[in-house]
Amino acid sequence: MWNWEFAAEALPILLRGFVNTLIATVVGTVIAAILGLILAVAIRGLPRWINWLVRLIVAFIRNTPLVVQLLFVYYAFSDIPGLVDVPALVIGFIVIGIHYSTYMSESYRSGIDAVPPGQFEAATALSLPPVRTFTAIVLPQALRATIPSLGNYAVAMFKDTPFLFAISVVELVTAAKEFGGSTFAYTEAFTLAGIIFLAASYPTSLLIQRLDRRLATY
Amino acid sequence: MPPTENTPTTASASSHPAIEFKDVEKSFGPTTVLKDLNFTVAPGERVTLIGPSGSGKTTILRLVMTLEELTGGYIFVDGQPLTHEDRGGKRVELPKKRTREMTTRIGMVFQQFNLFPNMTVLENIIEAPVHVLGKSKVEATKEAKELLERVGLADKADAHPTRLSGGQQQRVAIARALAMNPEILLLDEVTSALDPELVGDVLGVLRDIAETTDITMLLVTHEMQFARDVSHRVMMFDGGQVLEEGPPDQIFNNPQHERTRKFLSSVL
Amino acid sequence: MNDNVTTLLNFLPQLWEGVQTTIILTVAGSIGAVIIALILGLTMTSPTAWLRIPARIVVEFFRGTSLLVQLFWLFYVLPLLGVDFDPMACGVAALALNYGAYSAEVVRSSIKTVAPGQWEAAIALSLSPTRRMVRVIFPQAWALMIPSLATLLIQLLKGTAVVSFITLSDLTDKTEQLRQSTGDTMFAYSISLLIYFALAWLLQEFMNFLERRATKALGRRRPNSRTDRREARRAARADAVRKDRLKSHVAAGEGTNHTKGPFPGQGGDL
Repeated sequence: MWNWEFAAEALPILLRGFVNTLIATVVGTVIAAILGLILAVAIRGLPRWINWLVRLIVAFIRNTPLVVQLLFVYYAFSDIPGLVDVPALVIGFIVIGIHYSTYMSESYRSGIDAVPPGQFEAATALSLPPVRTFTAIVLPQALRATIPSLGNYAVAMFKDTPFLFAISVVELVTAAKEFGGSTFAYTEAFTLAGIIFLAASYPTSLLIQRLDRRLATY
Repeated sequence: MPPTENTPTTASASSHPAIEFKDVEKSFGPTTVLKDLNFTVAPGERVTLIGPSGSGKTTILRLVMTLEELTGGYIFVDGQPLTHEDRGGKRVELPKKRTREMTTRIGMVFQQFNLFPNMTVLENIIEAPVHVLGKSKVEATKEAKELLERVGLADKADAHPTRLSGGQQQRVAIARALAMNPEILLLDEVTSALDPELVGDVLGVLRDIAETTDITMLLVTHEMQFARDVSHRVMMFDGGQVLEEGPPDQIFNNPQHERTRKFLSSVL
Repeated sequence: MNDNVTTLLNFLPQLWEGVQTTIILTVAGSIGAVIIALILGLTMTSPTAWLRIPARIVVEFFRGTSLLVQLFWLFYVLPLLGVDFDPMACGVAALALNYGAYSAEVVRSSIKTVAPGQWEAAIALSLSPTRRMVRVIFPQAWALMIPSLATLLIQLLKGTAVVSFITLSDLTDKTEQLRQSTGDTMFAYSISLLIYFALAWLLQEFMNFLERRATKALGRRRPNSRTDRREARRAARADAVRKDRLKSHVAAGEGTNHTKGPFPGQGGDL
């Protein structure tokens, strides 16, 4: 039922796939974190109707499947004639990044909202220009409240990277499936894939929980 | 208004004290709140516990209601062990079911009322009589309505607790406790969460109960006038120990201890 | 464009089949997830360690090992072990287990969030542990957990799209067929995303309806006593800080969030 030889053979292949998983997670997180912040800040300054439109788009991206979005963008790119081949992995982390930026923008927004009004008032009393108020006073405090949220979404994103299977990115699970397909050692391949996921995500979650508790106590 | 009688009624046939604390010890982790506590409350007696915050008086009520785990010693209700018993020199915990049978004889009213928001006033009151005592719904409802009448809320039977004022909620909570026909009623700072103008109604209801029933009462309160009026005995606690005790007149007019004097002057 | 419309009209019956598959997966998966969440979540509140710890391990296991791994395991590995589920059963099981594990944490934390005074009052009335949970604690926890469950069930709906990887012809799979027959990616996928969005909206509306019912059963808070005002101020302040953190915990499978917004699955207004 369980064959150690297959397991040993599968492991390096899976770990090579895991590199892509990590790339997608890290780059995706960076994109989501930056784009999320831009969204959160931009929404505050926009006129009402554009604001509403942006919110609708954000809700749309958030409430439709990542898999479908991946396929959509993947095919849309391949439809454009004369375009240099964009690697699927790049499409993957861009789409994942955009998908999760809709979640993260919400985190930033509530972080900014949570900054006590007294802080704005104090900054105004000091005649600080608005940009300075935002970057030096509001943002650092908001980020403190936001970081654990971003961490949680990064972990959620990590667990969503197997969806890249849809556009044939050879990440961990795709690698496992390919290995299983050629050897029929599905048991070893998928069990190992599960263990790798668990081994990476569970300690990270615990770490974020601890960070959350530390940051929660001002 | 002075207590209806100066000595507690001994109407109950049993010769046991209503409540007995024997070598009671309570600690929360490393901090000991109560140590070597021994006292008894006679049937029908009304005892007020006073003392600075952190002196352990609320903990005593919570121990009797089994809301806190007794870490040492024994509590007896009507001579029967409540949570632990001595079996051949060994302190043994009683089965939970047994403890729950004992607690049906005890009622408690809380500082924060703690009415169940998902039930109407009437449902709050009949829940335990029907499902713990096994009364019929009709009988329980009839009794509940009488109790509501008594606490002046006959028209609120079908209201949701969250729509009532604090004072009304607390009177419902009293009715809910009384619906179980408790031998012992524990009152834990029942007026502390109320707006000042609502305190009177609640105390009025309690005075009425004190006058017309022989329920044993153990109360923690900051309403010193009320304590003086209804209680047979006042116990002053400090640092988990009984500092002094006696009839209300003696404790309030002529305290023996400097600490009692200081405490009283700070609250009166 | 007209060609597209003609193709779409001809394709409608097939598209509807795909939508039905997606709906069946969502509904069956959600029911399974909620049942699993209730069992595991309640077990995790048990004072008995040998009940609580195994439940916790199961929850962490299914949260930690990614939906697709679980789906492929059920689909490819189980037959090797001699257990053969059809793809639909695999899909429903994977969705129920994965999102059930996340929801279990929501159930647990909602039960823990019910005010300690409610437990105490139930003990003071000598209610049995079962009666206490069923009549007093759970109805209150239920109102707390619905918004978070809504977030998770919408994620479940989005998660159904992976079943096209195990030969099931759901909406995602039909979308691909439509793309191939029209040759128009934009057209096919826009329609698909709109349908998913509409389904998410329906699901959110249904959960909002459940939430309204649950909060109504708890009665409305009388807004003007002193304690209420103080509480409201404190709650508003604490809420702003906590709100989103909790929401991300739900994504990571922890905590509860108590907000909802104008758009499905959004939680809180943007």
